[in-house]
Amino acid sequence: MVQSQQESETLEPVAGQSQSDENVLAARNLSVWYGNFRAVRDINLDVKRNSVLALIGPSGCGKSTLLRCFNRMNDLVLNSRVEGQIIYNGTDLYAPSTDSTEVRARVGMVFQKPNPFPKTIFENVAFGLRVNGFKGNLQEAVERSLRQSALWEEVKDRLNSSALELSGGQQQRLCIARALAVEPEVILMDEPCSALDPVATLAIEDLIRQLVAKYTIIIVTHNMQQAARVSHETAFLMVGEDRAGYLVEMDATDKIFTNPSHEQTEAYITGRFS
Amino acid sequence: MASGDILHPSSGFETAEILATERRKRRRRTKIQGKLVKWFFISCALVSVLTTIGIVVSLIVQAWDFFIEVSVWEFITGTRWTPLLKPQSFGVLPLVVGTLLVSSLAAAVALPVGLATAVYMAEYAPEKLRRIIKPVLEVLAGIPTVVYGYFALTFVTPLLQGVIPNLIVFNALSAGLVMGIMIIPMISSLSEDAMIAVPRSLREAAYALGATKFEVARKVVVPAALSGIVAAFILGISRAIGETMLVTIAAGSTPRMTFNPIEGIQAMTAFIVQLSLGETPHGSLEYNTIFAVGILLFAMTLLMNLLGFWVVRRWRMKY
Repeated sequence: MVQSQQESETLEPVAGQSQSDENVLAARNLSVWYGNFRAVRDINLDVKRNSVLALIGPSGCGKSTLLRCFNRMNDLVLNSRVEGQIIYNGTDLYAPSTDSTEVRARVGMVFQKPNPFPKTIFENVAFGLRVNGFKGNLQEAVERSLRQSALWEEVKDRLNSSALELSGGQQQRLCIARALAVEPEVILMDEPCSALDPVATLAIEDLIRQLVAKYTIIIVTHNMQQAARVSHETAFLMVGEDRAGYLVEMDATDKIFTNPSHEQTEAYITGRFS
Repeated sequence: MASGDILHPSSGFETAEILATERRKRRRRTKIQGKLVKWFFISCALVSVLTTIGIVVSLIVQAWDFFIEVSVWEFITGTRWTPLLKPQSFGVLPLVVGTLLVSSLAAAVALPVGLATAVYMAEYAPEKLRRIIKPVLEVLAGIPTVVYGYFALTFVTPLLQGVIPNLIVFNALSAGLVMGIMIIPMISSLSEDAMIAVPRSLREAAYALGATKFEVARKVVVPAALSGIVAAFILGISRAIGETMLVTIAAGSTPRMTFNPIEGIQAMTAFIVQLSLGETPHGSLEYNTIFAVGILLFAMTLLMNLLGFWVVRRWRMKY
């Protein structure tokens, strides 16, 4: 909490940018280039606070690339370049004065394959707190995060054993706990269930539905049912003729799945192409 | 299946029929070839195994003659090493201390610099620069050790004498520092390999939590690669213990029980060189000290290498 106050002071609002309070993130004319290749072009979308936004679309449509703009993970890719803006609470995340590590403390991420550190369960959750200079009670903070990710009961007696001893589903919930520990406002999930079995998948989906009370979640998924089950809004992306991904439409999930505005969306959702 | 059995394809599989005939023709030839190839590879592998066994056996046999006259206890715990002077004394500790002194100095240089180089190469250096630095470091590893020896004696020692006026010409400090430089490539290269092997997903996980590049290197990559790094350290130090030319040229030939780096010492390997170049008659007690010192040196480096392998196996992280 103290942390977020500090950061809202350092993140200067963008002049002339108005953003309603109900949106926590927005993309404005966003394009991403890898060298000479444009991976996504001209994305405009708003992400509502305390909602789940699903990004769907065929392989290579730039869903993950778009997702990784929201916490500037694309910075780590050699020769990547971003045009346009990502507005987070009125601040441009790509402004020269914005520190990318600060962005990532505010916008957390969960990856496709569970990637716990080869450390103890406790140290995994404590990692982000330590890195960001947390001064409070580490024990409590770790417990709170593990409870939030519905893992506490399963691991409370073995916090000091290796995280790698957990099952795949447990590891993924640990990764969610690790992301939650630093209290990000937004959590990005890049196909978080693609490496998990159906039971573990349902557990993660339950978790997403609970977390949305406090957090905003953007999830990339290949699984239509999953998008329909967990998200409030859905954005459908396609690959254009220039091989760049673009946003076809974004709307309430119910509408996208029952009455989409675009023919392509309907074709994709009903499985006529993938 | 007996060797004469043939699998006949059904009719309509003409290509399979042709292949079956061809294979039948080749079967005998291939079998003999396979055996020959196998034995060729086995004998190649045996060369180094048999050599090692031969070395150990000859060491033990000749050292045996020595230990009949000088007790192992006296050898291991004695603090005076004067096999060629009267009164003779065969306490090997001054040589061991000399070797350890030079190796410690080398380690003090090579561990931090080697590790820092590896971190830079694995985490910071752009791909283009890495492609230049890596071969340069490997060239450094390929320089003959005699060159390092004279580099220490004729360049580093005079340089050090400018700072430490009472530094004698043959001293442990200069030899140790240069030996440290010599083993940097080995340590940095092996450590870098271990760090490169740490999956990208772990780095991404740390970045996604707001870690800086240095925090990712320090708190994720180095700990995850620790077994490989420690093994690199141990192998580097083991190399330093066994190194001969450099200490023979630059560190002196005075067995001395001292941990003062600005003094001259004699390393175990340097003693072996000194004695084998002299006019000591073969088979004499003095001559056999070579094998006593040699077997101790062998034991020390073997122990280090075993420790290295153990560390790699015991601490290896599954990612």
